[in-house]
Amino acid sequence: MNKFLKWFASDSFIVSLAAIVMGLLLGAIVMLIGGYNPIDAYGALLTRVFGDWYGFGEALREMTPLVLTGLAVAFAFRAGMFNIGAEGQVIMGMTGASLIGIKLTGLPWIIHAPLAIIVGALFGGLWAALAGYIKAKRGVNEVITTIMLNWTALFLCNYIVRTFLLLEGNQRSVDIQPSASISIGWLSEMMGNARVHWGIPLAICAAIFFYYFLWKTKQGFELRAVGSNPEAARYAGINVNKNIVKAMFISGVFAGLAGAFETLGVFHYQSVYSSLPGYGFNGIAVALLGMTHPFGVLAGAGLFGALTYGSAGMSFDAGVPPEIIQIVIGSIIFFIAAQGIVRFILKPVYKRKKEKVL
Amino acid sequence: MKKAVKLSLFMLLAFSLVLAACGNNNSKPAASGGSEGEASGSSSSVKIGMVTDTGGVNDKSFNQTSWEALQALQKDKGIKVEYLQSKSEADYQPNLNQFVKDGYNLTWGIGFALQSALTDIAKQNPKSNFAIIDAAVDAPNVESVLFSENEGSFLVGVIAGKMTKSNKIGFVGGADSPTIKKFEVGFKAGIEAVNPNAQFTAVYASGFDKPDEGKAAAATLYNDGADIVFQAAGGTGTGVFNEALDRKNQGQNVWVIGVDKDQSLEFGDGVTLTSMMKRVDVAIKTVSQQVIDGTFKGGTTTTLGLKDDGVGVADTSSKNVPQDVLDLVQSYKEKIVSGEITVPAK
Amino acid sequence: MAAATPVVELKQITKRFPGIVANDSISIKLHKGEIHALLGENGAGKSTLMNILFGLYQPDEGHIEINGTPTPIDSPNKAIELGIGMVHQHFKLVQPFTVTENIILGMEPAKGGIQIDYKTATEKVRKISDQYGFHIDPNARIEDISVGMQQRVEILKTLYRGADILIFDEPTAVLTPQEISELIEIMRRLVAEGKSIILITHKLKEIMSVSDTVTIIRRGKVIDTVKTSETTPFELAEKMVGRNVSFKVSKKPATPGEKVVEVNDVTIKTKQGVTLLDGMTFDVRRGEIVGVAGVDGNGQTQIIEALSGLRKIDSGSIKLNGKEIGSRTPREISESGLGHIPEDRHKHGLVLDFSVSENMVLESYYKEPYTKRGFLNFRAINDLAKRLVENFDVRTPSIQTKARSLSGGNQQKAIIAREINKNPDFLIAAQPTRGLDVGAIEFVQTQLIQQRDQGKAVLLVSFELDEILNVSDRIIVVYEGKVIGEVRPEETNDQELGLMMAGSRQGGTKE
Repeated sequence: MNKFLKWFASDSFIVSLAAIVMGLLLGAIVMLIGGYNPIDAYGALLTRVFGDWYGFGEALREMTPLVLTGLAVAFAFRAGMFNIGAEGQVIMGMTGASLIGIKLTGLPWIIHAPLAIIVGALFGGLWAALAGYIKAKRGVNEVITTIMLNWTALFLCNYIVRTFLLLEGNQRSVDIQPSASISIGWLSEMMGNARVHWGIPLAICAAIFFYYFLWKTKQGFELRAVGSNPEAARYAGINVNKNIVKAMFISGVFAGLAGAFETLGVFHYQSVYSSLPGYGFNGIAVALLGMTHPFGVLAGAGLFGALTYGSAGMSFDAGVPPEIIQIVIGSIIFFIAAQGIVRFILKPVYKRKKEKVL
Repeated sequence: MKKAVKLSLFMLLAFSLVLAACGNNNSKPAASGGSEGEASGSSSSVKIGMVTDTGGVNDKSFNQTSWEALQALQKDKGIKVEYLQSKSEADYQPNLNQFVKDGYNLTWGIGFALQSALTDIAKQNPKSNFAIIDAAVDAPNVESVLFSENEGSFLVGVIAGKMTKSNKIGFVGGADSPTIKKFEVGFKAGIEAVNPNAQFTAVYASGFDKPDEGKAAAATLYNDGADIVFQAAGGTGTGVFNEALDRKNQGQNVWVIGVDKDQSLEFGDGVTLTSMMKRVDVAIKTVSQQVIDGTFKGGTTTTLGLKDDGVGVADTSSKNVPQDVLDLVQSYKEKIVSGEITVPAK
Repeated sequence: MAAATPVVELKQITKRFPGIVANDSISIKLHKGEIHALLGENGAGKSTLMNILFGLYQPDEGHIEINGTPTPIDSPNKAIELGIGMVHQHFKLVQPFTVTENIILGMEPAKGGIQIDYKTATEKVRKISDQYGFHIDPNARIEDISVGMQQRVEILKTLYRGADILIFDEPTAVLTPQEISELIEIMRRLVAEGKSIILITHKLKEIMSVSDTVTIIRRGKVIDTVKTSETTPFELAEKMVGRNVSFKVSKKPATPGEKVVEVNDVTIKTKQGVTLLDGMTFDVRRGEIVGVAGVDGNGQTQIIEALSGLRKIDSGSIKLNGKEIGSRTPREISESGLGHIPEDRHKHGLVLDFSVSENMVLESYYKEPYTKRGFLNFRAINDLAKRLVENFDVRTPSIQTKARSLSGGNQQKAIIAREINKNPDFLIAAQPTRGLDVGAIEFVQTQLIQQRDQGKAVLLVSFELDEILNVSDRIIVVYEGKVIGEVRPEETNDQELGLMMAGSRQGGTKE
């Protein structure tokens, strides 16, 4: 408990909080210049997210893939890699889940849904592991391979959907079997048909897994050592290449889960995407917001998801155009990424505080 | 860069709106009820909303046309209108729901992408009314509007077949989907009807928001000797126009046939031979008017073709197309309306 | 030169950082044509003082006088303007650029305001190079020239900018013995031409051979300023550390036992076919320290990598306790009884962002009791770390402190603690005292000898000939990937070793 309190007083927490406040302030200034009332606008944002059960449920739904892609990027980052490919891994995860969810029939829910989730996760994991393998074997930078694999995944999955799963005359697959759905029907009904699903609690479990795996297990120790100093890890007898592939695999599993949950819990079908849907790129922002810590990612996804989802309220109730909302979101991320600026602004405050202590 | 321009435009717009608000109670398009005055009595309480697809409200295509139609209705009838932009596929449902919860009398889903979301929401809210463009939703409270794009495309095909000098004609589609296929098939049929020897090539981009791909596709077609390209590609089509403008500036004689609305108004009649009009605005106004009049029934699917003026050739075509060709177009139009000719759709 | 106005005088300089006083009323006079050494342990405040002189920090109290006039120096540019040049310990050179390009970087002479005038610049660089005997090719690329040459480029850079006062920050830390003597030659030449030099170092030998005056700093205070000719290394060391220091670590004669390591005819080639190890053969016995002497780049790195499994061998055999370990994985070899103190402690020895505690189990984390059923057992890990930190006198605020924030000496102690705690039969110590101050050096060398006395086989690779001579029981000399001679330290001296290291066999007294 004490540790928990300490975390709230910690430097990084205060800086993050200040960054959010500064971002909101900058957004407010932009809105004022544009002639909109920022108080109304932020009020509308909050109302949309917390105003009723439907909004809250949908906001949770919005946050779930962000948590998972955020974890994916953060996990790879902790192991010293920059996974830009969460995007492609999400799509692979969707496809894996769709294939199982559509093609397998006659299975009971208790087997079908978990199987679809696992296959989706594996698709994502293996797709990322491919980039890891190329890095380990050939030394090709994962940034390049993962970006390229995003497009490969997009077109490959579009091909699979078009060829094997297409709903005739539409740009999407047929619906998954009801036995593969992970929607929580009773809760959804209670929340005004918000698309809540089992992926939401599972995403939180994934963050907890991330934490325990990385900081409490032997394998996590290896991954962190490889991540912070691969040379020293090699000298210490750790198999660096194996760990690179492993880290990318686990990172991809997180992203694959995000895709599987979207298909099985939200849409119940898979679209043919004309361009990358953006899950993975938002994940990079979330990982950054959360400072690549799993619980930070939870918080970051919460914030990012609430802003994205709530922003429609800003345009609906306060008439703020979506472009200005993008500026608000952008400025919060900017301030968190550019912590130097925040620290600079906070400096006088800190100084006074320290002097008092002395 | 583009965003910055957009933003400054928005700021300017917002600023001017604020100024306008000082002297006028008709402030923002999204103005809340009450400020509208009592101009048209009971219809002022009617609220109509629309949800865009991921293209957004400034897509220079059907989202924009739809919103302009609704704004025109607001002006004429004093009803309240509002739109919500969808950032992703997942936004469709909550956005539709937002209008339902706010008690809107009609909620439009713009584009076939909203089909499954609108189906779900319509089932969950049987007491609310919906309408959708470009897709058929089978529910008693949904009015679906489809267009016979093949018929309109046939007419511009006639123009292309008559006007080509190189005897090569191209087509750029935004996605290889059944809807866009209708454009291509109708267009091709129109060309063949008047010029069976013309060579026809169709190219598909990977999306409706890829101007760069549009530009590259147009460049390929023009390099192959085509002098007229019909684009049915939304934002991707902007690239087709830009390529044509570049070539026109270098003295090459190339043309683009625009789509959905009269694109000569935007890209100039220097390159815009004609446009295949898809009167989404007619559909929006017709169905919305039913709600205002209280005659909305729902549960039906209307297909707007040449005979309803749901599709057609832009009025400004006479600038570049000689009268004899337009006369020919008129005669084909009559034959299609009368059923003498059936334009293929697949 | 006694009564003349000093070219630089630091007067009562005080600089405080949160929690510590880095410089406490320090006063120093630098005269024209003088080499003034600044001696002190790591963290004594030398670098802070020089950063103040170079305009990077502002003093809280006191001021600087240049040629007798008080002059505030508020930026490095101001310092350069005043003729002060700094040769940093870590070179600030652009690798793919040529020597001339690096030298003119930031003040490119332009013809007509646009085109860089390389010709004039090259000429000027060549002229300065000849004047001081640098032997630098102005058109060579930095990545193609040796470390010693790169340092000369750094010196040339300051001269090109018109420096009269040169600050050398630990200039010999990265140099081979040959390069060190050449550098000393250059420094003498510089002062002969009227330049003045401040030399920051903790190496007593260099101070004795090159400097005119020494100022000793301890914990931010000036302890004393003495004429080099009037002092001895012992006196300096005592003043620097604050206690008695012995240079010659005392040790009993070795009693070598059976062979622990047998390296037999090991060859390593690069992919391009360049031979790095050319039939290297030697052995190390229980209870002895074998010193490896040689100029950098004669196969030392490769033999260490081969012994520890970091590099595959092309032919030959390596046996540890009679078991073949050639081309095995690092972990297999480590488990067969190897301890390894790597050459580069930041890059290879520690994970700097890990805590001290985590670094202590970097090689044993996977074993019981540190891991139980896949989960780390933090109690066991922390107990170990606490014990090692205490036993090996690693000075750290806590075992949870990041290794990054420890001083160099304490980082090295942590590595030694970890390696010795493995209780290896064979211990490799590569440059174990590089960059450490006298106190820490003494500690490290004593530890190595203790290991020997406990019956371990120790291989010591060092570029410090004194260290090789003092610590080893037997010395092998490597040259171009081969052992070309073997001597006993008591039967040789640094001249003879130096000759052998240069490839001459005559000193060899092989059995």
